[in-house]
Amino acid sequence: MATAVLDRSSSGVAEERPQNRRKMSGAKVIGTIVASILAVIWLFPFAWAAVTALKPEIEAAATPITWLPASGFTLEAFAQVLNAGNLPTWTWNSLFTSAVITAVTLVISALCGYALSRIDFRGRKLLMGVIVASIIIPPPVLIIPLFYQMLALNLIDTYWAIILPQVLHPAMVYVLKKFFDQIPKELEEAAVMDGASRMRVFLQIVLPLSKPIMSAVAIFVFIGAWNNFLWPFIATNETSLLTLPVGLQTIESAFGIQYAQNMASALLAALPLIVVFLFFQRQIIRGISTTGLAGT
Amino acid sequence: MSSAVIERRKAKTNKNDLHGWAFSAPFIIFFLLFLVWPILYGIYMSFTGQTLTGANNGLVGFANYAEAFGDPDMWRSLGNTVYFTVISTIPLVLIALGLAALVNMGLPAQWLWRFSFFAPFLLASTVVSLFFTWMYNPQLGIINEMLGNVGIAPVPWLNDPAVAMWSIVIATVWWTVGFNFLLYLAAMQNIPQQHYEAASIDGAGGWRQFFSITLPQLGPTTVLIVILQILASLKVFDQIYQITAGGPGGATRSIVQYVFETGFTGYRLGYSAAISFIFFALIMIVSVGQIFLNRKRSA
Repeated sequence: MATAVLDRSSSGVAEERPQNRRKMSGAKVIGTIVASILAVIWLFPFAWAAVTALKPEIEAAATPITWLPASGFTLEAFAQVLNAGNLPTWTWNSLFTSAVITAVTLVISALCGYALSRIDFRGRKLLMGVIVASIIIPPPVLIIPLFYQMLALNLIDTYWAIILPQVLHPAMVYVLKKFFDQIPKELEEAAVMDGASRMRVFLQIVLPLSKPIMSAVAIFVFIGAWNNFLWPFIATNETSLLTLPVGLQTIESAFGIQYAQNMASALLAALPLIVVFLFFQRQIIRGISTTGLAGT
Repeated sequence: MSSAVIERRKAKTNKNDLHGWAFSAPFIIFFLLFLVWPILYGIYMSFTGQTLTGANNGLVGFANYAEAFGDPDMWRSLGNTVYFTVISTIPLVLIALGLAALVNMGLPAQWLWRFSFFAPFLLASTVVSLFFTWMYNPQLGIINEMLGNVGIAPVPWLNDPAVAMWSIVIATVWWTVGFNFLLYLAAMQNIPQQHYEAASIDGAGGWRQFFSITLPQLGPTTVLIVILQILASLKVFDQIYQITAGGPGGATRSIVQYVFETGFTGYRLGYSAAISFIFFALIMIVSVGQIFLNRKRSA
């Protein structure tokens, strides 16, 4: 199934279809109107959060509800959250752990995928079978024994506890293996004739040809790690070690009914990935489209 | 075959064995440590009276499983999970299909639609929960305010057991429908243009083309999306825990939340492990059912 999806990447998933530039048909005009209405609905929660965050705290909690605060908009809530809160620390924790998770996942999955695709070793079929079968295992099943394991290893409340269990993506090994299968073998055979080692062939021939799939896997893993809640929530308690999603969960109790500040925190937490998405929309959409059906 | 050739072949096999396992070794090590071991240890735990406080009254046989099967809270959580899965999967697939078909009409400003419908997927669950908890707020919620403006009585979004799960579904659809939307959009753009051209010549209009070309061509994609969505919905935890904490009165508590609570607030790790394997069995049934269905389709 992954192969069928991968083929799509070359045909330009995110590309716009060449359209005839004549004036829009009636159906398209109606379609655009419907899409606009839906887009407004979809963007509404962002807009309402922004309006709330830009109000003074008293106005945010005042009835009747207003769109424009009588005293005007203010950045007070953002300032308070950035000064008093732990958002910068949590953002850093998320960035650091997600980056390490993504890097380690890429390295170990690509090496294993390459072996499964290219090296004819004894036990290969068995290994492949075990990895594919393990895709089925739902992460929530692991939380109890994993927590106990981390406790025994004395790793609770460390970056290690957050990172280690998240580097396993059997589905991504499968996706990479399928991609490597499609690369013509002749290129590597020529290099082997010249006496290049396996590792050199992998690093200098296979990897450069695999940039699209590597970035797709990286995007998929990074977004997953950045937004993961359940495991980091269990693995960490210490405020200074929380990731952004877990830290946000604690602000409601800390700030109480500070609605403007809650929304300011939520928006600031949402900002990094939204900005990245605005810049790399095409790559991210292609990454999700190529890896999404592989199952997670 | 000369012995030299056999020798060389043997040497090559040995070298391949070495290389193959060496390349796989880093993944295998993590795999054994953080997947195989926890699964095995989890199975063991499910047969013990292990607690979080360290007390362990040793092996208890099937007592945990027997207790779970007689535990009304377990059944209720399982029922809630299946209910959520049914009422979330349907809109998450149909709305995704509708949005993709709409955007695929060749509308202008493609990036705007993709951004609008997909951006929420990039949010952490906690951000989504903060947004919706605020919009559902009984006194200050903007949704009830706007409904009131058009004469609709306020909806008890989170306080009524009959409504709360639907409120979770609405938040979930907003959050994750963009993922299925992208998968559908990619699949639609992969349908050969000639099909449509031929249909146009035959005089088929937009709707006819959608039902006679697009939908049938999307068959395999739809099967995959539905299966993945069912598997994802069965694992629901984050947004429920954050928005309603399983309430009111356990009406939205999911099975993963029950695993979490028996383990970390009830301190009963052994019992909690047993429930998580009952949940695993449910996932297995769906997954194996899917493999079976796929076999039948392709046969």
